[in-house]
Amino acid sequence: MKMKVILVRTLAAGLNVALATTLAVPPTAHAQGGPIKIGLLAPLTGAASALGKDMLNGTELYLDGIGFQAAGRKVELIVEDTEGNTATALTKARKLVEQDKVHVLTGGLLASTGYALHPLAEAQRIPTTYPVMSSDDLTQRKPAKWVVRTGWNSSQSMHVFGEWVAKTLKYKRIVTIGLDYAFGWESVGGFQRTFEDNGGQVIQKIWTPLNTNDFAPFVTQIKREADAVFAVFFGRAALQFVKQYETAGLKGRVPLLGNGTTTDESVLPQMGDEALGIMTALHYSAALDNPANQKFAKAFEAKAGKIPSYYAETCYTNARWIVEAVKAIGGRVEDREALLAALRRVELRDFPRGPVSIDRWGNPVQNIYVRRVDKVGGKLQNSVIATFPAVSQFWKYDPDEYLKQPLYTRDHPPCPHC
Amino acid sequence: MTAEFWIIQTFNGLSYGALLFLLASGLSLIFGVMRIVNLAHGSYFMLGGYVGLSVVWRTGSFTAALVAGAVAIALIGIGMERLFLRRLSGQTLGQVLMTIGFALMFQDLALLIWGGDPYTIPLPAALQGIVTAGALRFPTYRIFIIVVATLVGAALWIVLDRTRVGAMIRAAVDDREMAQGVGIHVPVVSLGVFALGAALAALGGVIGGGFLGVYPGADFEVLPYAFVVVIVGGLGSLPGAMVGSLLVGLLDNFGKALFPELSYFTLFAPMALILALRPTGLFGRA
Amino acid sequence: MSSGLAAPAPTLDRKVVAGFAALTLAGVLAPALPAYPLTLLTQAAIVAVLAMSLDILLGYTGLPSLGHAAYFGIAAYTVAILATERQMGLAGCLVAALLLATATAALFGVLAIRATGTYFLMITLALGMVVWGLAFRWVSMTKGDNGIAGVPRPGLGLGWSLAEPLPFFYFALLAAALAWAAMGVLVRSPFGLGLKGIRESESRMRALGYNVWLHKYLAFVISGFFAGFAGVLWAYYNGFVGPADVQLVTSVETLLMAALGGPGTLAGSALGAVAIVFLKNFVSVYTKRWLLILGAVYIGVILWAPRGVLGAFTREPRGAR
Repeated sequence: MKMKVILVRTLAAGLNVALATTLAVPPTAHAQGGPIKIGLLAPLTGAASALGKDMLNGTELYLDGIGFQAAGRKVELIVEDTEGNTATALTKARKLVEQDKVHVLTGGLLASTGYALHPLAEAQRIPTTYPVMSSDDLTQRKPAKWVVRTGWNSSQSMHVFGEWVAKTLKYKRIVTIGLDYAFGWESVGGFQRTFEDNGGQVIQKIWTPLNTNDFAPFVTQIKREADAVFAVFFGRAALQFVKQYETAGLKGRVPLLGNGTTTDESVLPQMGDEALGIMTALHYSAALDNPANQKFAKAFEAKAGKIPSYYAETCYTNARWIVEAVKAIGGRVEDREALLAALRRVELRDFPRGPVSIDRWGNPVQNIYVRRVDKVGGKLQNSVIATFPAVSQFWKYDPDEYLKQPLYTRDHPPCPHC
Repeated sequence: MTAEFWIIQTFNGLSYGALLFLLASGLSLIFGVMRIVNLAHGSYFMLGGYVGLSVVWRTGSFTAALVAGAVAIALIGIGMERLFLRRLSGQTLGQVLMTIGFALMFQDLALLIWGGDPYTIPLPAALQGIVTAGALRFPTYRIFIIVVATLVGAALWIVLDRTRVGAMIRAAVDDREMAQGVGIHVPVVSLGVFALGAALAALGGVIGGGFLGVYPGADFEVLPYAFVVVIVGGLGSLPGAMVGSLLVGLLDNFGKALFPELSYFTLFAPMALILALRPTGLFGRA
Repeated sequence: MSSGLAAPAPTLDRKVVAGFAALTLAGVLAPALPAYPLTLLTQAAIVAVLAMSLDILLGYTGLPSLGHAAYFGIAAYTVAILATERQMGLAGCLVAALLLATATAALFGVLAIRATGTYFLMITLALGMVVWGLAFRWVSMTKGDNGIAGVPRPGLGLGWSLAEPLPFFYFALLAAALAWAAMGVLVRSPFGLGLKGIRESESRMRALGYNVWLHKYLAFVISGFFAGFAGVLWAYYNGFVGPADVQLVTSVETLLMAALGGPGTLAGSALGAVAIVFLKNFVSVYTKRWLLILGAVYIGVILWAPRGVLGAFTREPRGAR
């Protein structure tokens, strides 16, 4: 009985304190001279927590490097856990904007979160950057004025890759297999479009539900006459798929291609020899040998104890991106319009991923690297075997013509050769 | 659809069902004896995988991983039953809610100890190959899973059906008071069954770790499957768990292969149908 | 309950007064609150409706449902789909969503009501999974794992916009108060007293000539209706609906809210909902290990206050059950 009372009191006290701290936000907190506040949304618990940790480490690494100072003002990073859940991300985004009064909102993992954050960013008029969320339409048919993408979009690197596979590897018939949601559809769509424009044929498209852990029912359906298989996975699904592709006896018989996340450094160290030889494309590889990346990769390994993934690089770059914009306006982050304009003007040549500029839809124009998984010094890495400079999200297509086409989905482009 | 398609997909479904059996048989037994709906059962699967992973890293032995995973999680199960769940004996709702509390804590502890990276448990060379039969290829590891599940199922059957301990457990399942009345020490039986159930789930976790991997979120991913098996087969019934696992494994597999758009519907709708006709499941008794 | 059919009247009144006072206080204080606590209060008001709807089943009828997110989610999806693809207004969305949620409950009830206790728990869990499976995989209708974003706040035609936090809070608070009142009247009606009687002893009620099945079935359907009502508010509040809204964890959380606050007291369930919403969002501010703390709190409350937090404050013994 006593215990019960104590527990209830403790709970009540805890709630009181919590409420009191919330209510006691000083009205002057956002006045000029206080710290510049960056709010980061990242999945720190739940299935995607490893990616969230990379995002956080990348961001902190850059801000550490500048001593949390920019344009003469202190920089404060406020991190909120999204649990990898869009509804939670929305609540936490409101907290960052309304309570913490952040000057820049950033982060987020899932495509659905990206679309859901759009209206919030517009309504609150808060400068927002998306380092990870890659859904095409965020910077194509449904761009948001207040959102700048510092990462990539799903089909950007796949346009390059589809053409490269058709022209260089000269594969004719390909089976695609990918996660059954926007990210999978857009990656496969981008690949299929340029692959078929250059004479290839996609002969089968397989979609796997996001929570699939046993890929056998799908892998065993792959058509025998395929020259290669093109896969789109990330996180643990990438690990499972590549392993089960080997277990099913397909490795060595049908070459495996993929989008960038399938062999991303967030899962590559946990893979075994089953990953050797997989070719992919992305705007980054931890094995890039430019000086900026050498320095970044070394520092990241020292901090996090692992090689940087694209999630780490994109958040490191994103942090620098924000700071460059802050510097460009002399630290006057309270002027939101000016900060937004500055975020859209950032153009630098020495990011770890290479030179980056931004198009008028808010998407980066950047190098795309074709990579192959090799073993160097006993460790797997994404060796760069071809570089395509300054690739726009529209590839070689005319933007206006491109935007008249519907978004890549499960049914578009259609599959005439299936 | 060729004959080859049906054979391979049936094999896939059977081997996945075999893994589900390891997971669900423990859940079903625990329910049978103690009427506990254990929402932390998926956590045993995940934690077992993680312990197995650590052991393989240290010792390189897959067998040691199987044993260590099962024993470690059995101990956790004993602690949970003895120190917490027993206090709420007879309070269905309180026990359900308590197991949720544990599931959340286990989730966070696993993240704290092993980090969030996904891993697969490295397999011994003997289990890595492929058995070829004509144009058909069967991964050795999936055959191994079927063999293990068959052995475990047979052992459970023999223990429950032929031994004194089994008779005591069955008596406790049928009527707790009566069993207590004829001198069976039901609390000890309960503790033993709870430990066994946890160990079986952990065994499933280590074995599953060899091809599904070990990762945060695995706990709540496998939990619904375990429940579906138990609901279909009938709570507290070993034959029910066997038939239920195979049925769910096959339904899930063919659902995904044939009707991908409705794959979960093809799994859950037959289950709802079975429940409508037999509310206690195929082998359950009211 | 020793006097199951005639609970001591003063307690009821006190709870009603306390609840009314809390609502008024929230309403008066709201304009002074910063935006974020207001956001959380809005969320809490909506989730409280969901928790109370479950309490009709759990607390008043003795049926623990582990699939309550299904009706909540079906209503939320209905609003999201109609509001984004058909640009349908509040009235149309509300009617369609409540109809669908209630119809689903009516269908599931036929299957579930035959079972009791743990079996009921398992069957409702299974039925909840059917709905989740559709939300997750019926991509052409629900957009699958992408979810449906951009659900616009409803226009009321009254000159002020619900897009702003404060008007929407009042909207949600008023809706929640209405739902609370409606459910309060229901559980105090002869029908509600019949439910309590069934909870205490089905056989006695049957002997008294009550149609036990029909009572339980209607409780199930009504509970689904109010869960759907909460779902409508949720879709408008969040502007986003996805499979996470119908998953097992959401049902489990709802059950926790209803149980933590003290089953069998609508106000208690509402309190449980408010407590969990604030606990989740505040603990996570202070520590990354918030899941650990949340789990420990659940276990602690169940061990030391098994009748729920409000139950622990209620002095009247609820009798040996």
